[in-house]
Amino acid sequence: MTPLALQKPRKPTMNLLKTRELGILLALALLVLYTTINNPRFLSGQSIRDNLLNTAILAVMATGQAIVVITRNIDLSVGSVLGISAWTAATMMSDHQGLPMIVAILVGLAVGAVAGLLNGVLVRYGKVPALVVTLGTLYIYRGITYQWAGGSQVNADKLPAHFLNFANDSLLGIPWLVLIALLVVGGATLVMRNYRVGRELYAMGSSPQAAELAGIKVARNLLGAFVLSGALAGLAGVLFAARFGTVDASAGTGYELNVVAAVVVGGVAVFGGSGTVWGAGLGALLLTVISSALAVLDINQFWQQAIVGALIILAICADRLVAVRIARSLRKRDAHV
Amino acid sequence: MLRHRLAVTISAASILTLAVAGCGGTTKKNSSDTGGGAQTAASANPNAQLKTGLKIAYLPKQLNNPYSDVETSGGEAAVKELQGEYKKVGPNDASASSQVSYINTLIQQQQDVIVIAANDPNAVCPSLNQARSAKIKIVTFDSDASKACRDIFINQATTEGIGESLAKMALEQAGADGGQIAVLSATPNATNQNSWIAVMKTELAKPEYSKLKLVKVAYGNDDDQKSFQEAQGLMQSYPNLKVIVAPTTVGIAAAARYIGSSSYKGKVAVTGLGLPNQMRQYVKDGTVKKFALWNPADIGYLAAYAGAALASGQITGAQGDKFTAGKLGAYTVGANGEVVLGPPTEFTADNIDKFNF
Repeated sequence: MTPLALQKPRKPTMNLLKTRELGILLALALLVLYTTINNPRFLSGQSIRDNLLNTAILAVMATGQAIVVITRNIDLSVGSVLGISAWTAATMMSDHQGLPMIVAILVGLAVGAVAGLLNGVLVRYGKVPALVVTLGTLYIYRGITYQWAGGSQVNADKLPAHFLNFANDSLLGIPWLVLIALLVVGGATLVMRNYRVGRELYAMGSSPQAAELAGIKVARNLLGAFVLSGALAGLAGVLFAARFGTVDASAGTGYELNVVAAVVVGGVAVFGGSGTVWGAGLGALLLTVISSALAVLDINQFWQQAIVGALIILAICADRLVAVRIARSLRKRDAHV
Repeated sequence: MLRHRLAVTISAASILTLAVAGCGGTTKKNSSDTGGGAQTAASANPNAQLKTGLKIAYLPKQLNNPYSDVETSGGEAAVKELQGEYKKVGPNDASASSQVSYINTLIQQQQDVIVIAANDPNAVCPSLNQARSAKIKIVTFDSDASKACRDIFINQATTEGIGESLAKMALEQAGADGGQIAVLSATPNATNQNSWIAVMKTELAKPEYSKLKLVKVAYGNDDDQKSFQEAQGLMQSYPNLKVIVAPTTVGIAAAARYIGSSSYKGKVAVTGLGLPNQMRQYVKDGTVKKFALWNPADIGYLAAYAGAALASGQITGAQGDKFTAGKLGAYTVGANGEVVLGPPTEFTADNIDKFNF
């Protein structure tokens, strides 16, 4: 359905103009313009900083999800993985105040990776659709967190100052959270676009059977994708704990749908094989800016969900349109040959 | 998974007992129609001694909820003082019918008192009446069941009390010149929050509040991220805002965390209803000067004493009945069998370390 993915990237500028990401950028620009005309403070330093900080956690998770979706799978357990990782990091940091931030991040990544590995193993070797597996682990991971945390809560006053400050501190003026998100999105985009393993993941999503026949190590790649998605959700959990300072067993409940929405709005096709990671990152940014803008524009918040829903449907329609157009142009080209 | 199967077994068993009890219980129907259940025949004896060894069971809205854990911990302490047997059971989700099977089990276990925070005022009623005809006293707390099927409701605070307290704190924090204030609430259809905000608005219409102007009620849906963003939106839309009043624990913590870490710190005050443990950090770093809440442990505590007084025959739940609740002192049952805990406790930098919940 998506031969686009198999074509070699052409001139980057030409590519940019033709991509679905351009649509998101346009939507984003319009939204910011409109909101700023109504309220100039929307473009103030504090506001830009807030929006980027709010996007960071979602963008990190959207990166992993985009890669999983590109392989024609889905990971619904990310919200629960965020929860278990946030709880792990928060309890660890409150029990051992002296631990450096990097330990918390590594632990979060590890917890998430283990959770992701289990997803991958069940999907690949259990031969169960990812939707079902990760729906199951969504409840399992959340159940474990509830069992562990009970009704207790880790509050900001129990967390070491350096852990909480991490969410606000910056390097060269860029907040750490934003920097991490940029690194994750940028790195994954590069690997997916230019490296062999990235192209293999696209191929697996375009046609799983063909990919297997072509000798692609499907099992290894699939496990890798799920481990990455889990690990990034784990990382997001640590960032969540640092940012909000209050963690209980329900942290991140329902996030999986935001993440999937960001990925779909970002132009990643739900049937796999096409879309980009940076598109998913933009999707996360767009969704975040929408909810900030609606708060600033004083629009009834009931509309907000409807708008996000409309965007998802719009994105899927656009996806379909692009697919049809490509198929037609390919037919034409074949006729010429 | 295991829990679910367990719940299914329990509910299957309880359907059986219900059916059996239903057959035997029909003759008792007449007496419960009078409103007081089986105990209406006995009148209150204010001098009755509180019985020891009472079996008092707590059934919160759901387990694993930090707030209801604090409530029931107060109950546990009170039951210990009363030398009774404490028990806590509850569902994992706060859905309307999830408590029914637990009530039926408690009836079988012949508890003396069931203290329940009803997930739905009517769904639990048939089972509660079943319990009352088995001479079990029913005390509701946190959220009431329909008043035909319980003996006493422990009201954490009156709606008026909370609304007035919110308005009062806003005025204090806005300073002598007053200014713009905004509310950051839970969901747009949250019953509690909406009724508090309604009272707050009537208060604000009074002349002594004329310097305060409520510019917006924003809704954070009791979600950290959303509350964060709503707080951001408020500051952008109303840069001269003096006070954000958040009558919800999630909202006040998110607003405090946002304000404390932004350039607005010190320019805008955050107040409302919050948990001391959650707010300690922000009170100490100066973002929050004062906030309020009833003490949830006291609710559970008062419920235990009210239940014991009922089971010992000191009170029947009629208006005007008086009883003493340990360290909390004397209480009088109000209209509709309601007992009001008292005005909310205010927390400041001076007293916050005395509270741990």
